[in-house]
Amino acid sequence: MALKFGIVVFPGSNCDHDAHYVAETILGQEARLIWHKESSVGDVDVVILPGGFSYGDYLRCGALARFSPIMKDVVRYANNGGVVFGICNGFQVLVEAGLLPGVLLRNDSLKFVCKYVHLRVEKAGTHFTSLCRKGEVLEIPIAHGDGNYFTDSETLKRLEDKDQIVFRYCDRSGSVTAGANPNGSISNIAGIINEQGNVMGMMPHPERASDPVLHHTDGRKVFDSIVESLVNHSQLV
Amino acid sequence: MYHSKILVTLRQSILDPQGKAVEHGVHSLGYDSVRNVRIGKFVELNVDASSREEAEKITREVSEKLLANPVMEDFSITVEEKK
Repeated sequence: MALKFGIVVFPGSNCDHDAHYVAETILGQEARLIWHKESSVGDVDVVILPGGFSYGDYLRCGALARFSPIMKDVVRYANNGGVVFGICNGFQVLVEAGLLPGVLLRNDSLKFVCKYVHLRVEKAGTHFTSLCRKGEVLEIPIAHGDGNYFTDSETLKRLEDKDQIVFRYCDRSGSVTAGANPNGSISNIAGIINEQGNVMGMMPHPERASDPVLHHTDGRKVFDSIVESLVNHSQLV
Repeated sequence: MYHSKILVTLRQSILDPQGKAVEHGVHSLGYDSVRNVRIGKFVELNVDASSREEAEKITREVSEKLLANPVMEDFSITVEEKK
């Protein structure tokens, strides 16, 4: 049975079709684009908030997308345990919507950074990392100007205590170093998950590293993990 | 009608790389005495309200809910009656 992926399209989303392509063509699942003015995500098994520049990044990245009509239903869906995956701008929307803690500030370099980075899997066994090993290193590209994850020390401690940090920027060998941090994120955080384990946001773009034609397929592990965890563990919602 | 001005500033605990870059620019102009440059946002808007209190309340709510993100920003507001 195929999973149904719903990819939300905000005005200014630009990785929506990439995510759709990966879900449908690479993974062989069902996928549909959900225009932000729709009021329901429908009967999907996974909601993806894709990368891009929703509302031109006006005011703050993700701040206006949060008020798109569809977001009410995305919040409802998430609060009911539905699997929600925010990539890049989607991550920014999730923190603005309050579905994940913290905020994404301007990169400390002030530069838009577009390159492959290495990520260390800090938490395996989530919906998004069910096929990964803890400590495994994935090579996935980033492309953002505002990916500098920040939160106060209290929240950071809670994220660490509750094991909610899924990915950290690292070097090729898996060492989490200041030099491997592309944007100044606190504690090299690249991706986090909510306490319930159904909502994850990450700045890197796994959908850009899923098609073998691009010579990088580490990102596919994240999508395969979703399929594996939802299909084989019958946690369909 | 009331006119509100909202100043959104990064919280002191947040590093401001933009402010740092501008500070470097100011220093290269020769103004070595300039310190602690911080960049913020300025928003102005009109509120159709029956009293100043109501206009202030609305401005504050809008600021809390949208214009500023309390995780990283503080804001201050001033409200004046528009003649």
